[in-house]
Amino acid sequence: GKKNYKADGHPSGGVGVPGGGAVGGGGGGAVKTRKPDNTAFKQQRLPAWQPILTAGTVLPAFFIIGLIFIPIGIGIFVTSNNIREYEIDYTGTEPSSPCNKCLNVSWDSTPPCTCTINFTLEHSFESNVFMYYGLSNFYQNHRRYVKSRDDSQLNGDNSSLLNPSKECEPYRTNEDKPIAPCGAIANSMFNDTLELYRIDNDTRTPITLIKKGIAWWTDKNVKFRNPTGDGNNLTALFQGTTKPVNWPKPVYMLDSEPDNNGFINEDFIVWMRTAALPTFRKLYRLIERKNNLQPTLQAGKYSLDIAYNYPVHSFDGRKRMILSTISWMGGKNPFLGIAYITVGSICFFLGVVLLIIHHKYGNRNTSADIPN
Amino acid sequence: MISERDSETTFEEDSQPNDEVVPYSDDETEDELDGGQSGDEPGPKQTSRDAEESRDPTKKDCSWQVKANDQRFYDQPGFKRTIFLCFKKSKYSGNAIKTYKYNPITFLPLNLFEQFKRAANFYFLVLLILQSIPQITTLSWYTTLVPLLLVLGITAVKDLVDDIARHRMDNEVNNRTCEVIKDGRFKNTKWKDIKVGDIIRLKKNTFIPADILLLSSSEPNSLCYVETAELDGETNLKFKMALEVTDRYLQEESALADFDGLVECEEPNNRLDKFTGTLSWRNSSYPLDADKILLRGCKIRNTDFCHGMVIFAGADTKIMKNSGKTRFKRTKIDSLMNYMVYTIIVLLILLSAGLAIGHTYWEQQIGNSSWYLYDAQDYSPAYRGFLNFWGYIIVLNTMVPISLYVSVEVIRFGQSYFINWDLQMYYPEKDTPAKARTTTLNEQLGQIQYIFSDKTGTLTQNIMTFKKCCINGQRYGESVQSLCEQVDFSWNMYADGKFLFYDHYLIEQIKSGKEPEIQKFFFLLAICHTVMADTSDGQLNYQAASPDEGALVTAARNFGYVFLSRTQNTITISEMGVKRTYDVLAILDFNSDRKRMSVIVRESSGNIRLYCKGADTVIYERLHPRNLKKEATEEALDVFANETLRTLCLCYRDISQDEFEAWNKKFTEASLATSHRDEALDKVYEEIEKNLILLGVTAIEDKLQDGVPETISRLSKADIKIWVLTGDKKETAENIGFSCELLTEETAICYGEDTSALLQTRLENQRNRAGSSPHSSLRMNEPFFQGSRDRALIITGSWLNEILLEKKKKKKKLKLKFPRTAEEKKKQSEKRRRAEAYKEQQQKNFVDLACECRAVICCRVTPKQKAMVVELVKKYKKAITLAIGDGANDVNMIKTAHIGVGISGQEGMQAVMSSDYSFGQFRYLQRLLLVHGRWSYIRMCKFLRYFFYKNFAFTLVHIWYSFFNGFSAQTAYEDWFITLYNVLYSSLPVLLVGLLDQDVSDKLSLRFPRLYILGQRDLLFNYKKFFLSLLHGAVTSLIIFFIPYGAYLISMGQDGEAPADYQSFAVTAASSLIFVVNFQIGLDTSYWTFVNAFSVFGSIALYFGITFDLHSAGIHVLFPSRFQFTGTAPNALRQPYLWLTMILSIAICLLPIVAQRFLSMTIWPLESDKIQRNRRQYLLEEQQWKRRQSAFRRGVSARRSAYAFSHQRGYADLIASGRSIRKRRAPLDAVLSGTGTGTGTGSGTGSGDTRDTG
Repeated sequence: GKKNYKADGHPSGGVGVPGGGAVGGGGGGAVKTRKPDNTAFKQQRLPAWQPILTAGTVLPAFFIIGLIFIPIGIGIFVTSNNIREYEIDYTGTEPSSPCNKCLNVSWDSTPPCTCTINFTLEHSFESNVFMYYGLSNFYQNHRRYVKSRDDSQLNGDNSSLLNPSKECEPYRTNEDKPIAPCGAIANSMFNDTLELYRIDNDTRTPITLIKKGIAWWTDKNVKFRNPTGDGNNLTALFQGTTKPVNWPKPVYMLDSEPDNNGFINEDFIVWMRTAALPTFRKLYRLIERKNNLQPTLQAGKYSLDIAYNYPVHSFDGRKRMILSTISWMGGKNPFLGIAYITVGSICFFLGVVLLIIHHKYGNRNTSADIPN
Repeated sequence: MISERDSETTFEEDSQPNDEVVPYSDDETEDELDGGQSGDEPGPKQTSRDAEESRDPTKKDCSWQVKANDQRFYDQPGFKRTIFLCFKKSKYSGNAIKTYKYNPITFLPLNLFEQFKRAANFYFLVLLILQSIPQITTLSWYTTLVPLLLVLGITAVKDLVDDIARHRMDNEVNNRTCEVIKDGRFKNTKWKDIKVGDIIRLKKNTFIPADILLLSSSEPNSLCYVETAELDGETNLKFKMALEVTDRYLQEESALADFDGLVECEEPNNRLDKFTGTLSWRNSSYPLDADKILLRGCKIRNTDFCHGMVIFAGADTKIMKNSGKTRFKRTKIDSLMNYMVYTIIVLLILLSAGLAIGHTYWEQQIGNSSWYLYDAQDYSPAYRGFLNFWGYIIVLNTMVPISLYVSVEVIRFGQSYFINWDLQMYYPEKDTPAKARTTTLNEQLGQIQYIFSDKTGTLTQNIMTFKKCCINGQRYGESVQSLCEQVDFSWNMYADGKFLFYDHYLIEQIKSGKEPEIQKFFFLLAICHTVMADTSDGQLNYQAASPDEGALVTAARNFGYVFLSRTQNTITISEMGVKRTYDVLAILDFNSDRKRMSVIVRESSGNIRLYCKGADTVIYERLHPRNLKKEATEEALDVFANETLRTLCLCYRDISQDEFEAWNKKFTEASLATSHRDEALDKVYEEIEKNLILLGVTAIEDKLQDGVPETISRLSKADIKIWVLTGDKKETAENIGFSCELLTEETAICYGEDTSALLQTRLENQRNRAGSSPHSSLRMNEPFFQGSRDRALIITGSWLNEILLEKKKKKKKLKLKFPRTAEEKKKQSEKRRRAEAYKEQQQKNFVDLACECRAVICCRVTPKQKAMVVELVKKYKKAITLAIGDGANDVNMIKTAHIGVGISGQEGMQAVMSSDYSFGQFRYLQRLLLVHGRWSYIRMCKFLRYFFYKNFAFTLVHIWYSFFNGFSAQTAYEDWFITLYNVLYSSLPVLLVGLLDQDVSDKLSLRFPRLYILGQRDLLFNYKKFFLSLLHGAVTSLIIFFIPYGAYLISMGQDGEAPADYQSFAVTAASSLIFVVNFQIGLDTSYWTFVNAFSVFGSIALYFGITFDLHSAGIHVLFPSRFQFTGTAPNALRQPYLWLTMILSIAICLLPIVAQRFLSMTIWPLESDKIQRNRRQYLLEEQQWKRRQSAFRRGVSARRSAYAFSHQRGYADLIASGRSIRKRRAPLDAVLSGTGTGTGTGSGTGSGDTRDTG
């Protein structure tokens, strides 16, 4: 437009009228200054540490990590090697196996098919021995399987006892009666019975297998609880429920001892803690060392009596019995030790490589070649 | 009349574009050409948009009728429009404005609706629905719902706060009051109650509430001065004048109350400078134009009160029509991010499909025979696979990070606040802090490649100061400012006190009165101008048509030659305290062709003298051959030009009485000519402006804003190209180009004609090579210029039109309006297509050419062309652009560019209102880009890279796990961990990096502008980086899964109690993930404040805290089936082997990264790495750092004209018509009337001028 400039640049009259036209130019307070605060945060001047990956920090770090990892790895490896472990596969798929006859058992075969496997321990097991059963190709981590349980019911909730969660389908009710414990996990509980005998000059001495103390304390005391009610008679408390389809007997008859019966039966609890992988072990029994003079299991001949109830052949599963001692870092597994040694060595090696490279290229960081 | 002339030139086929004129007066809506032409065109105009019709300024469209003082008039059915079914509404809106979006009832549904329109939110809604289907639900409902609610909640709160602010602002505006006639009397009424047709009274310094027709005012001739700053950013006052008839009859309240005129005019539109209509009153009708309309948003100035009639109210007003369309801007990273999210979604679908196939296969092989999995559902494996597909979609949904968008918003919001808080971008003089008005564009600031800058008010302060002069060959004003104290003007009662001058010698010369040349020089400045004086408040104020002229008159005033007042044909001057009145016989006004103006004055002695000032080139041609000081003055001109001062030559000539009378006759004739009056006048002027005697030269400084050259040079070092787009004239623009060091003496300047020729040859070459079809895309990329000379392009708007074929396109369109047959139609479309391709090629060539130049200056460009230039660069260079400006003429460009910056603190608000960022000074741009932009970009890139990484590292574990669980969509983590991972465990550190990280300090960022190049080239975040992040995430997830797998899953646990169970594994994997991910962000953080440290370790602690809580006995007792992991964390995490596993995972994940970073820093160090490393050294330097002064000027330079004058055309007509002169000063009027000065033809000319040059 035609520019009518005021020569002195000041339109006469109230300059101080706050702005804000029809569309509202935000004028704000006229008196208060809008100067931002001069604080370290607002001016982005917070005191800070600006770490840079320099040779002085990175190289020593690599050497030190290498030097720490290698000994740890060796330690773990040695410990792992000192662990005694013995494993028997008693699935019985091979015709030569004593358990071959039981291969096609069904759930309700009475009396149970039994078989005995003899084995020899080359070395004695010095400390406490843990007895596991192991299953292979058993997908306890399948989503459909994992969710098929009702933790409220297992926690002793009375309403859930009689009205289990829908997640338990199709093992929720049987013949219009609620199943306790409901769900596929409980239904497929491992029910082989394993007994261990030491054979000494043709005499079979049974080895005491402790069945308590194999579950997590929290599981036994918090997560799993029997329903509450008048009295301690489990039979009465489970009144109105029925046993899982595959079970030979109801849950309140799992054991004779009252503190290991019903939902708090430890074998049951161990089973209910589902495994991460399709090949897994679960703790079955403990063999405690009696005294300091004798090893827990001497080298020698043993026999394992199996009441073979659990069918795995249909899905190509395997069943094993494992005896193992335990160290501070767990069962026998060389992986962790080897991994530590490897990583430590690589670290050390990398440190050397980086050192060489640093010597070769390290002077590239001078300021001289930065265009201003 | 400029617009007339230019429309002629633009229509003439082969005419050379005129460098002087703005091509055609357009605004952001339509082309003048089209409209003007189609008015004469017979037949229907086929336009789809009905809006177009309303823009035609032809009479037939005057469908908007307003009747004064008659509210029932609008109830006629013709004024209703159907809005919904049978609901009718008046087409006249009320004056209340509504900018808010929600009210209390509609807030929730509307806001939710808007939020779910966003793809990401909708995606999660779909997920939520999927999760509620029992067959496929693989995650608990809360894993999606909790984050979604959080995201929705944060956004809703932000929207709510925004809307409340809008409500408040609307209320404030709507409840302002003004006086309206009701029942025959003026009554105070709220703005929102004003209706169309109301008669209102406005007082001095109040805002105008609606678009009103000026009826009368307290000033003579019902003049009314308004300040249009809110509207167009121009701070000068504009005058509006009422119709004579309304001025005469409508001064009294009763008359106004009885007024019953009917206004018929165009429909509401957004053109600020156009209005056509008629007023019918008392059986006669009067034409109305924009000069009689006061627009909403303006302010009444210097006028005690005025009366008007409301024509458009509320939403119909021009300012509201203008504010409507804001473009929604997105950043490059935004769109990149969207594509990446789509990529991830495709990846997700592919992975899910793969896993579903895996599941089908597994079910066939194993699942079917596993009795323990029996679920009584008779599904086929394929169907189970199908269900699992959806199951995996749900499980893997965290690959598309739900919190991504909201986190990005939060980071940008925070960054915007840092911009607002920056003290170094606060302009204390105007009390304006920088303001990020859009909070979604910050990282784009780090990627700018082109800056388009306005000149006036942006690069310059728009303050002209008289710096130096050369009188009779002697230069004055040379002394160095810092050494001398300024001249004391206290002897002069009229001195305005703001004027600074340092040459005492000149003052002494003036005071001594020895040199008649010096007296003449300042006398000329005081008398030869079209400035108007005004003594309001006892102060002498000048109102000039251009700031240059104002500066000159003010200088003369300070040197003792004070222009006091003028009448139609006299002028009163105080010469060193002696008041004298002179007869002005003629004013030979300025125009851009003449580049000079003259006045013919009869001095007290009776001599007639012509005083003239003008461009050196023009004046030197007309000098008397025997001018003694010609050379000395020319030397002065050179010196001034080198200092980029704007020069004007002053000269005079004595005219004999006879000569004058002879000339005056011709002059009168010419001024009465009906056609080509301007040309005729120019010719007459030419006759008398000859044989001039040179007096001297004035040098005016067009003051640059502080730090402009430094900023420009720093930005150029950052590879940012700066284009200046200005409406100013070529000379002015060139002058500024030199003074802000965009142009130097070494620069080879390429003008419009050169460009045109170059482009023509190029196009011919291209055509020859491409054969017959010009659009077969043969790209030739050889440069236009040979050699590496520093080049600049200066091009005017007319040339731009010519080159870019904007003009030709229109001609075609007009010719081909009515196709008759189908064949013709086809031919026509073929033709059009070819023309289109040709045009595109030409435009591309132009952009290529322009980009080869270091600097580009476009002058004489319209707002629309400004936007077009920006659009061209956006289109053909695919570059990120930034436009910076201060006025309404920059609005279009600001809206078009990727980022618009407004210079605030000026009176005008429009540029700021439509900008994305605003601050007080141009020099803050370097800090905005080089510091905030760069930081924001680096932060955002770091954030995004890490965000994708962490979600992949998190999610892909499920996939590795699925190989061991029969592809059953079993998750590798606890549901609660999945729910909280993105929300609590891993978000805070990366948010803080996104907010606070800085690789190098602000000082170093500014010192090394080349650091900025990183962002321009998209080096930190692109598809390569994205896939690397994904790969990194995938590797991390592999480690997190397979290290525990090898370490203990196939073995058993320590105390025999805890063999590898699912829950322990989930906790181990989750814990290692938390460690790895948080340490990784620790590695990425280059600026460790205590907040960062706190957040990294806090996140880890929070994870353990919450996990232990969720795994505690208490919570299990309360909700046994919700929290199933009872005791897992305490049991698992007391095992040393789990810790050893985790340490191993962490080491394997992080050590290679450290090594890789160290290597790349050593072998291929980035500039920022080097700078970081040498930080300390720079810090030391910084303390002694002093800015290099660009003190060294170039030596002798080629002669160039420094003439530059922002003047267009003065007030000569207005002065001559005597319209603006107040009656109380009338006595002077009567003194002389015999001399023929009747140049003016009344208000029509004056007002016409104002309109047309708008």
